[in-house]
Amino acid sequence: MIVSCLLALLSHWYKNPLQIFAYISGVALATALWSGVQAINLEAKVSYKAAAQTLGEGQYDLIQPKQDRTISTVDYVSLRKSGWLVSPVVNGYLDNVRLVGMDPLTLPSSFLFANANITNSISGSNLFETLITNESTAENLVTNVMLVVDQNVAPGIAVGDISLVQRLLKKDKINYLIIHPEQPLGQKELKEIAPHLTIKNVQQMADISKLTDSFHLNLSAFGLLSFAVGLFIVHSTIGLAFEQRRAMMRSMRSMGVSLRTLIIIVTIEMIILAIIGAIIGIVLGYLIAGFLLPDVAATLRGLYGANISGTLQLRPDWWLSGLIIALLGTALAMSSQIWQITKLPILASAKPRAWMLVTTSHFTLQMKGAIILLTLGGICTILFDGLIAGFALLGALLIAAAVSLPALVAWFLRKLQKYAKTPLWSWFWADTRQQLPGLSLALMALLLAVSANIGVSTMVSSFRLTFVSFLDQRLAPELFLQVSNKDQSTELNTFLSELGIEFLPLMSTETVISKQPVELFGIKIGNTYRDNWRFLDAIENPWDILQIGKATIVNEQFARRTNLWVGDQVNIAPNFTLPIAAIVGDYGNPKGQVIINEELFSNLYPKLYPARFGIRTNNPAELRSQIINQIGIDNGSIIDQKSLKAFSMEIFERTFLVTSALNILTLGVASFAILMSLLTLADRRIPQLSPVWALGLTRSQIGKLELLRAVLLALFVVVFSIPTGLLLAWVLLNVINVKAFGWQLPMFLFPMEYLKLGFYAVFASFLAATWPSLKLIRTPPSDLLKVFASER
Amino acid sequence: MVLNLNSIRKSYRTNEGEVPVLNNISLNLLAGETLALRGESGSGKSTLLHIAGALELPDAGSVEIAGNDISKMDDSERAAVRRKDIAIIFQQFNLIPSLNVASNINFQANLSGPVDKTKVKKIVSSLGLSDQMEKYPEALSGGQQQRVAIARALVSEPKLLLADEPTGNLDEQSALAVLEQMLKLVAETDTALMLVTHSQNVAARMDRQIQLIGGRLT
Repeated sequence: MIVSCLLALLSHWYKNPLQIFAYISGVALATALWSGVQAINLEAKVSYKAAAQTLGEGQYDLIQPKQDRTISTVDYVSLRKSGWLVSPVVNGYLDNVRLVGMDPLTLPSSFLFANANITNSISGSNLFETLITNESTAENLVTNVMLVVDQNVAPGIAVGDISLVQRLLKKDKINYLIIHPEQPLGQKELKEIAPHLTIKNVQQMADISKLTDSFHLNLSAFGLLSFAVGLFIVHSTIGLAFEQRRAMMRSMRSMGVSLRTLIIIVTIEMIILAIIGAIIGIVLGYLIAGFLLPDVAATLRGLYGANISGTLQLRPDWWLSGLIIALLGTALAMSSQIWQITKLPILASAKPRAWMLVTTSHFTLQMKGAIILLTLGGICTILFDGLIAGFALLGALLIAAAVSLPALVAWFLRKLQKYAKTPLWSWFWADTRQQLPGLSLALMALLLAVSANIGVSTMVSSFRLTFVSFLDQRLAPELFLQVSNKDQSTELNTFLSELGIEFLPLMSTETVISKQPVELFGIKIGNTYRDNWRFLDAIENPWDILQIGKATIVNEQFARRTNLWVGDQVNIAPNFTLPIAAIVGDYGNPKGQVIINEELFSNLYPKLYPARFGIRTNNPAELRSQIINQIGIDNGSIIDQKSLKAFSMEIFERTFLVTSALNILTLGVASFAILMSLLTLADRRIPQLSPVWALGLTRSQIGKLELLRAVLLALFVVVFSIPTGLLLAWVLLNVINVKAFGWQLPMFLFPMEYLKLGFYAVFASFLAATWPSLKLIRTPPSDLLKVFASER
Repeated sequence: MVLNLNSIRKSYRTNEGEVPVLNNISLNLLAGETLALRGESGSGKSTLLHIAGALELPDAGSVEIAGNDISKMDDSERAAVRRKDIAIIFQQFNLIPSLNVASNINFQANLSGPVDKTKVKKIVSSLGLSDQMEKYPEALSGGQQQRVAIARALVSEPKLLLADEPTGNLDEQSALAVLEQMLKLVAETDTALMLVTHSQNVAARMDRQIQLIGGRLT
């Protein structure tokens, strides 16, 4: 019985291939973007985990040399003899691969290399002559040393015994020492054994996976948006397929198929089709992720310094999540239809198009729902802090706009009908209103896509303007350079002073202020700072106060995280507090920053010297060669303003390349939703259009009117999308960005961009409507006549 | 006895309150017997047909179909009775549009198990459908579609055949031809037939006629 019923249900798709195509492609598109984004996120997270396991990043306190000093083997032995449980690490680059040398005997057991001999079946003695790396890194490494491939090693890294790596890198120094969490009591203090070494606490180190959380959450939000747009297609197609098969189901029930059996069979059928769609979607997702991953990897490297693998792997976690969300989405879209089956009167006469007969009261109900949703979203943002609350507001805004759309369009069409001067236009507006329930899901999908595009492009373009202005402020010096030791620093200082040009020495250290890991800067205040820096908030003459050492300047990220603003006191060091004179915008940097003048900095950190310099000059090329020749600074340590700006802009553009790609894909999915809705509705249009044809309109006129209808509806959606998109941009700039990155951006408007986007959306709808309209124009008169012969 | 309705009562709740539809209805139908059920629109004919077809349960009274008391059965058990012992022919034909004529005819019989192909051939031939088996319902005239619906009902070898205005959508000539073929097949298979009709002519062709007025049999 189940087979017979299943075959009968499936025969519907055979007779309506377009519907099954719409359904499967809807599921596929929804799954594709979601699983693509998940694949990228997972690949990145696996890389972070691998980095943590390989290098122990963010897990252990470290001993590092102070500025300009090194750790020798003697230092290490002295520390071990004094009872310090430490393990040495050496690192450097060979063939663009980071070689990390560790001591497996003293390494904490959570490190991958501590157990490398067991997990990779390497015999004890071979371990000291082997480099362990993952497959893609192994391909780039040209060495005579034995390589063992272990996919758990972080990308771009090869790990080996410390003596082997020292030999390969031709160095005998140690870069840092890992401190075991459990240390014996009564050991001597570090400064007594090695005063040139310092401890860097875990709190001072940025946790890459936490830093990048917001980036991945943003990607997920886009994936979810695309998934929602895809689901509109699924919902629309399922609704139509169920409505068209209502009579068939009624017949089955009357012929002895129980309600339970029918529900089981329908569910099996839809799940089988959803699985097919999901599998196609996962394959598409894999391709999308493979296409976007290099840009995401570049962004993460540029923004956060996080290395992620550029090769995508088919991991069960993401493809299973794609499959599950596709099935859950289908179940959601199906649930109301299943509920209707349970309420189906077996012998009641068929009510065609019942699913489309959504009344005005439904639209009003949707409008009320939208208002409630917006209110809840607002309350959520007020009551709860954090990125999730921000996304809840964003979601509420988008859904509210989508569900209120049909009511607004219906109202607008009623007005147009009222003012129509000829019977034809009166019919046209009334007929458009009648089509609204069938088209509303596709129009909502288009609204979501266009609004998201407007919102995100406003955010990105506003960010770009702010970022360019920020670069102009921050990168005012014509040359930037880094010295490698104190002597070079002193020599450069003297050299530049003798030239009589303005230069900006920069001292810095990583520390913890107000429980936040920050970069503390010591700067020499000059005209460049005074003329170029713009503050988000400041007291009068902040530079004057900073120059006399009576105040500090902090970046926005620090101010938001600590809730310390202009006038508040900041505890810079034990028993040393300064008020905040100004807050400066700092874009593209996840860390908090605190700035004091150079004298105060030198008093606090007397052994530190300026390692970075910004130099003002009219002839950067000549000065550059002078510095190289006279001071002996390496050419690679000097960068001119133009190159630095270009590099920063490249990171910026690549960061949003992924967002733009997802945006375009979402718009494509929405256009596809319109095409599918129009095509699936085309057959149902014949009984509605036949009387108009019989009354004297030609098929060509009817077809053109159908085309016009699609264009006008798309135009309305675009008009409604502009305020929705701008609201979205406001939320992105003032809520999401603040919570995700710690900075607030001013909002700029870009009317030409919106016009262009509107044109694309309307044109996409025009293209989508062309095929069904042509189909209608070519409908043979005999088919139109059948309507009157009651033979349909 | 194929159908035994005993003291059936049924009412529906509306906004205006409870509306009685069937009031103390009792009737029997024997194998091979044909019965015409007549009545004005809204007299309760369809409700009585639903109850006789195990599609609805009465508020009071008992319904026995082929010896099974359906009032004590759940939905699945009632569905099994419909599958095995009952077939229904609708005024709107209710063919499955995506299945061809052959699949439509075999559909109900298939639900209960393998189909006797010789018997199908005989019924199809006697209804003049042999040349139409590969066609889809949309390609058939109204009369042909109703003949397919009759063939589908009879191929499943029901003990009870319920027909709701089966010729209501056909012209007089087609209606007469379809009715003749249906009665012939019913007689050959010893099937009990209850037929709802407005037509005096159609009713006159049945063994018995009953009329529903205000929910009561006369």
